[in-house]
Amino acid sequence: MSAPLLTIADVAVELPTPRGSLRAVDHVDLSLEAGRTLGIVGESGCGKTMLSRAVLQLLPKRAKLTGRVMFDGQDLAQLAPERLRRLRGRDLAVVFQDPMTSLNPVLTIGTQLMETIQEHLELDAPEARKRSIELLAAVGIPAPDQRLAQYPHQCSGGMRQRIAIAIALSCEPKLLIADEPTTALDVTIQAQILDLLAREQRRRHMAMILITHDLGVVAGRADEVAVMYAGRVVERAPTQALFKRMHMPYTEALLAAIPKLDAAPHTPLPAISGRPPDPTRPLRGCSFAPRCRYAASDCHHAKPALTSAEIPGHLYACFHPIQMTERVGA
Amino acid sequence: MATLELSIRDEVTAAPSRRKRKLGLLFWIASGWLVIILTLAILAPVLPLQNPVDMDMLERRAAFSSEHWLGTDGLGRDELARLIFGARASLTVGLIAPMIGLTIGGAFGLLAGYFRGRFETLVVGSMDVLLAFPPLIFALAVTAYLGQSIPNLTLILGVLGIPAFMRVARAATLTLARREFVIAAEALGASHARILLRELLPNVILPLLAFFLLGVAVTIVVEGALSFLGLGVPPPMASWGSMIGEGRDSLDVAPRLAFLPAAGLFLTVLAFNLVGDTLRALTDPRQGAL
Repeated sequence: MSAPLLTIADVAVELPTPRGSLRAVDHVDLSLEAGRTLGIVGESGCGKTMLSRAVLQLLPKRAKLTGRVMFDGQDLAQLAPERLRRLRGRDLAVVFQDPMTSLNPVLTIGTQLMETIQEHLELDAPEARKRSIELLAAVGIPAPDQRLAQYPHQCSGGMRQRIAIAIALSCEPKLLIADEPTTALDVTIQAQILDLLAREQRRRHMAMILITHDLGVVAGRADEVAVMYAGRVVERAPTQALFKRMHMPYTEALLAAIPKLDAAPHTPLPAISGRPPDPTRPLRGCSFAPRCRYAASDCHHAKPALTSAEIPGHLYACFHPIQMTERVGA
Repeated sequence: MATLELSIRDEVTAAPSRRKRKLGLLFWIASGWLVIILTLAILAPVLPLQNPVDMDMLERRAAFSSEHWLGTDGLGRDELARLIFGARASLTVGLIAPMIGLTIGGAFGLLAGYFRGRFETLVVGSMDVLLAFPPLIFALAVTAYLGQSIPNLTLILGVLGIPAFMRVARAATLTLARREFVIAAEALGASHARILLRELLPNVILPLLAFFLLGVAVTIVVEGALSFLGLGVPPPMASWGSMIGEGRDSLDVAPRLAFLPAAGLFLTVLAFNLVGDTLRALTDPRQGAL
């Protein structure tokens, strides 16, 4: 197998706050090969977005990053700003959560698309225009040549997200980071957008990081899933293996918290009680222990390290992993 | 398939035509007035007008006649010629001074709001100093050292306008720079210059232009006030403000000498405000976005 396209090695991000330093990402190791999809799942504030910003080197100015982010053989954390700028957009692209705010409200769609294209590829205006029309058609927008003259507010939310995806895809990136690309969208549009991303990914053979808080989103679309909690990766496995035999109680709780269509009316949702630990005050034990129903006394005294399960590539951080046979139907 | 495309096309072309109807009569009257005033002011030297500074002591405060359409002022100068040449002075100052403020203040505001940090502290601090400085003292000091002339007056009013433009630009930039599209642009490899000029400026320029038109109106009034105080356009040249000031002496015998330039000032300022409001409402592509 070839070397991975992206290797995140021992990455930690610390943000200074008035209450002390906040550890948003806590020593994360991940890797991703070309053409594969990595799903990163976790609840709000678990560090998913900070991790993606760390990959892009777009962290807030005062944030401190340690560790290495190797992309295509170079360490992004050490790269000169000018070379990094050329890499972004061209080899690395992002789709953000809210298409209402990720497009510039006062520029036409054509301007926004064509400028990105012309910035990175040496094309003249008519060629860039032609390419923009092709891209818009590729992401499923009807009458693309007329859309070019329109402003973002003249398009619907799903349409805008398609446009944002078109802009991200414009320079054939090697890695696409989709940061909750469907959270702000209608449920019916969500599936369309995810299918679009998956289709374009296959067609262009790009790697993709799909960040979401919804295990259901990654279930059918990611090759590998990393579950994050309080800045740490607590379980990581090939998607099939994870859903067949999850070991981490947090993953199980996340899965149980998804509302089920076939549940009887008024069935209480097994939400995860409590809140994530305060990231400015490091816990001595497992960060999930205060909310975990399997927690024992050792969980509060030492942090479990990521250990391998029997399936290759399946890692989990728990002293008392769930033995899966009993809970498949949960 | 064909019907679907047709209906989309219809919708696309229908949108702009629906907008035009909203302009209204008031807008056209206001822009008509501005066009007339601007044309007269620009063409003043070639129009068949009497010399605005030629005095005729035998015809002081003459009434309307075929020779002097709007009569003469207290020194026997043709009132119509003075009004038109006065518009020239008032509009020159009124348009150029806010442009100085817009350019310098807007640039500083944009940079301060985007880069933050020590640069912002420095810019905001120095603008506070400028704001705290009494404007009349500043005008007096500059005219005392550099002399009284239209360029100097424009410079004074322009510099005095910088802090306000800076604040408007910085406030707009501060809220915009945190919006996702700026991060998105950065993530797509845009340089600082491109983010500033292509992403932020088109957004910031909208409130700035609206403020500019307000600035034009305010500057014309302030120029009038300064000329009234004798700090503005040097005599014998005419400006609307100085004409009101001179007309004050004969308010009881010939009130029109003060009221004619006052009416010109009032109508022009009103027209600028009306046109500015309508244009802003029309050109802001964000309307209906929220």
